[in-house]
Amino acid sequence: MWKFAATRIGMAIPTLVIVALAVFILVRLIPGDPAALMLGDSADAASLAALREQLGLNASLPTQFLVWSGHVLQGDLGQSISNRQPVAALIWQRFAVSAQIVLPAVLLATLVAVPLGMLAAWRQGRLTDLALVATATLLLSLPAFWMGLLLLMFFALKLGWFPVVGFVAFGENPQQALLYLVLPITTLLLHEIGVILRMTRASTLEVLHLDYITHARAKGLSEMTVMLRHAFKSSFGPTWTLLGLILGNLLAGVAVIETVFTIPGLGRLLVDAIFARDYPLIQGCLLFIASIYVLVNLFVDLLYPIFDPRVAAS
Amino acid sequence: MNRRSLSFWLGAGLVSVVVVVALLATFWTPYDPLKLDFKTRLAAPGWQHWMGTDELGRDVLSRLMRGTATSIRISISTVFLATFFGVLIGALSGYLRGWPDRILMAINDALLAFPGLLMALGLLAVFGASASGIIIALALAYASSVVRVVRGTVLGLRERDFVRASRVMGNSETYTLLRHVLPNCIAPVIVMATSMCGWIILAESSLSFLGLGVAPPAPTWGNMLAGSRSYVSQAAWLAIFPGLAISLALLGINLLGDALRDRLDPRMRRRV
Amino acid sequence: MTTSPALLQIQNLSLSAGPDKLVVRDASLQLAAGEIVGIVGESGSGKTMLSRAVMRLTPHAISRSGGDILLDGQSLYAMNERQLRAVRGPRVAMVFQEPMTSLTPTLSIGEQLLEGLRMHLPQARNEHMPRIHAMLERVGLRDTQRILSAFPHEFSGGMRQRIMIASAMLLRPALLIADEPTTALDAVVQREVMEMMLELTRENGTAVLLISHDLPMVARYADRMVVMKQGDIVETGPTAQVLAAPAHDYTRQLLRTLPQRRAPRQIDRTAPLMSARDLVLEFGGRQRWFRKGAPARVLKGISLDIFPGEVVAVVGESGSGKTTLGMILSGLLQPTSGSLLYKGQPLRPGSPGFKDYRYNCQMVFQDPYSSLDPRMTVQALVAEALRMAEGLSASDKRERVQQALADVGLGGDFATRYPHELSGGQRQRVAIARVLVRRPALMIADEAVSALDVTVRAQVLDLLAELQQRYGFSCLFISHDLGVVEQIADRVIVVQGGVIAEQGTRDAVFDQPQNPYTRQLLDAIPMLQATPDGGVHLRWRHAEGRATAPADGAACPA
Repeated sequence: MWKFAATRIGMAIPTLVIVALAVFILVRLIPGDPAALMLGDSADAASLAALREQLGLNASLPTQFLVWSGHVLQGDLGQSISNRQPVAALIWQRFAVSAQIVLPAVLLATLVAVPLGMLAAWRQGRLTDLALVATATLLLSLPAFWMGLLLLMFFALKLGWFPVVGFVAFGENPQQALLYLVLPITTLLLHEIGVILRMTRASTLEVLHLDYITHARAKGLSEMTVMLRHAFKSSFGPTWTLLGLILGNLLAGVAVIETVFTIPGLGRLLVDAIFARDYPLIQGCLLFIASIYVLVNLFVDLLYPIFDPRVAAS
Repeated sequence: MNRRSLSFWLGAGLVSVVVVVALLATFWTPYDPLKLDFKTRLAAPGWQHWMGTDELGRDVLSRLMRGTATSIRISISTVFLATFFGVLIGALSGYLRGWPDRILMAINDALLAFPGLLMALGLLAVFGASASGIIIALALAYASSVVRVVRGTVLGLRERDFVRASRVMGNSETYTLLRHVLPNCIAPVIVMATSMCGWIILAESSLSFLGLGVAPPAPTWGNMLAGSRSYVSQAAWLAIFPGLAISLALLGINLLGDALRDRLDPRMRRRV
Repeated sequence: MTTSPALLQIQNLSLSAGPDKLVVRDASLQLAAGEIVGIVGESGSGKTMLSRAVMRLTPHAISRSGGDILLDGQSLYAMNERQLRAVRGPRVAMVFQEPMTSLTPTLSIGEQLLEGLRMHLPQARNEHMPRIHAMLERVGLRDTQRILSAFPHEFSGGMRQRIMIASAMLLRPALLIADEPTTALDAVVQREVMEMMLELTRENGTAVLLISHDLPMVARYADRMVVMKQGDIVETGPTAQVLAAPAHDYTRQLLRTLPQRRAPRQIDRTAPLMSARDLVLEFGGRQRWFRKGAPARVLKGISLDIFPGEVVAVVGESGSGKTTLGMILSGLLQPTSGSLLYKGQPLRPGSPGFKDYRYNCQMVFQDPYSSLDPRMTVQALVAEALRMAEGLSASDKRERVQQALADVGLGGDFATRYPHELSGGQRQRVAIARVLVRRPALMIADEAVSALDVTVRAQVLDLLAELQQRYGFSCLFISHDLGVVEQIADRVIVVQGGVIAEQGTRDAVFDQPQNPYTRQLLDAIPMLQATPDGGVHLRWRHAEGRATAPADGAACPA
């Protein structure tokens, strides 16, 4: 078991290094000159040269990489060109906002979709199943930004139940914050229910026709026990893995929701940074999101044996 | 008609409608999608303009049709590109194994460490937001998934007895790969390509929506939706139709993909 | 004839998988308390569905279209879910075929064993653990405490099957349904597990419904035998009687598939066609961070000769190395050390004899469902073998292909069919034609008939024997089943743990086995004696290799 954990963690480290390398190279490929951007159009050649020297842009690429990695490991992601604030602080602040939307949405979606998916599998071919699958397919075919827009139009503009723009941090004022969070979370929720339900249904179906389910029934156990004790644990693995992928994808994907509801989140930060050619900020966001993705998947992998002990053995 | 064929025909039907509209729009639209006409700004859907007009008096239906053409063109190009390279690399990697496989897989896993949209965003910063930029960015972002699926399939096929039989017969590795392995990868690749179409259309519209897609005034589904935000209270139709178009396209692709997956998978393992 | 009331009564039961698709047709069967009844049939006979119906555990797609099942006089089909759940476990229990998939992989053994007890005997809580420990020991497992906290994947097939039997017998059911309980196990383990299971049922007075395609196995242990074909029960009766004087044609057909020896042949053993010297295969130790794993030796120094025109059988259980041997001889694997000689010349890629060997040494694989490219027609599959043939014109090649297909009995329009349109037996014939078309010197058959139904198996074996006689090629026949081998082998090589345990002519190995392992393997195969009524008498060898009186205690036929 410990060997399994050690191996997985060991594999994550080179991945993180490669991620950092990839981000570094990618940002260096973005056309333009950071120094010119910082000093503006009117700068003369001498100041540009001086700034480049100061930013360490004249050193060789490997050196730059090592210097930058060193900074990153100390938590210093540089200074944002457009905001004049430390990148790390900005990212962290915005991440907290995005997390308030993404985490509750995925959690609630899982709590709703997994039982429904298992129900659909149990009642395969019958009306319940068909209705659930049709609903799920429909939900995941509606793009999140459109769904958000429609919800906004109806519940906020027309009915006036929720505010249209802006955001209030949960720490400041819980009740107010909730009002701002309901629509964005609902939007994400509906989409993810579609995805998770289908995945749960598919993996449960695969398990249900295996011998050990018949064997469990042959012992005289109730259907409920068979489904929950025997089918669930064995079939949850793929869904669990999917959850990790979803969380990672949403860290960037939430940008569209943040745009619709005008929420100052991490996704929007990255998009704005791209528009502004804010290299340190782009670099920081890419690195942060990709690293979180790797870590989330690592976490998912490490907990996988709880559902399927066979994984730890190999 | 059972559920599976309902899924197939409904999906195929929706997809065909979208493709036909896209093809049509390259030659003809009811109005010029770029033509401004301030007199008919923000007109509600009616006889003159079936889907109404936007804030600059442009006909929404025409813009939507043109946007369909753009989105389809970008998506199909991306899928082809990603599939072609994905199959090439995945098949070689899975069949040859050894050092080439390990290196390619290390790179692929690193690419997979970036969520698709994130990588697309990053690459767009490099390539710039143009049609070809988007195609390259999205293809690179999603090719690694194809590589993984193809490699997995090839690894499985390598152990199948008919591949071994080919080698025992004395056929070269190249011949075996081309004649026996690749043709048997088609089914999973088709299923994958269909799903990918859906992801890419969604990704392209999302990027468009964020302002990182094909630049206005050229219409895309995404940027039409983005533009509708300011007029949401006055002209709801500006938000409804583009979103509806994306949804129908995605629904069609998902239904078609489901039906294909059901049909293609069991066939390979069917026993008499 | 005993007068105990029937424990189980199946009355005219019909099961269907849809309109006009009867899986079981009008089946009637009785089982008395403590009796062992065996159901024999091939795939599609309906025996498995019938057995599942006794527990009302048929799949959703199967429904009852007639008849009933009575357990202790009570109709099973009239019971509701709750009543059924009270029957499943304490009254009727089941042991499944595939030990690898019958235990839930995500629950510990202890949890799975406790479940049944908790459900059906909730009041005797403190008896549960002692009972479980006792039962595990009874089925031959040691270190029971460790077993309880372990997971199924940590055990071998044989051990899992013992656990399954323990699980089923914990509640001392009145009826045990054993559906191919030992088919997936190795021959030696099969016998141990079977005998343990039957001892246990005897002790507890449990009746057994034994379902299998393995006629000798059923004949050995069952008091009464039921023969099923395509959903119908074609014959029932006391075992010895059904065997000695079969009433139905199909039963006779099944009995004909039992291994019978041909007359020994004269083989010229002066110059070997192919030889192997000291073959060793190691799966090298993998580098694990800083530790080197111990290499696994699959073959530990095997030497053998194959002479022209002879059929050499290589017999062993899984893990013995026999399949690996076949793969080395066919060129799919390189040995770690040792050499191969073809027509007396050492084989090395690039050496002059190598091309000849490559062309002339071909293989028929075990799984008919995976050895043919699903996208190619039968014609194309066989013709591909001639792609590299020298000295044959295009029309020669076409003719050869036609000839090969006709030889295996697949002439006519079979040529344009695809593999998925063929049955298992037909696919194996295509595989044989594919080898035959080259007129090879050596055919390696790796478990070529193991995946086929017994009647089909007999046909394919006959075909192989006939083709071998006609074309004179050598054949290396790899199998785990000594019975199959008895029928076609000239010489037999027994492999165990990567070394040769024994080798000799067929008669020598079968009648005077020297090695105790060989004797163990032989113990699982019956010896046949024909009866005047067109049936057989089956006798089993004792562990020491001598034939004894039949263990089933049957009287002579009336």
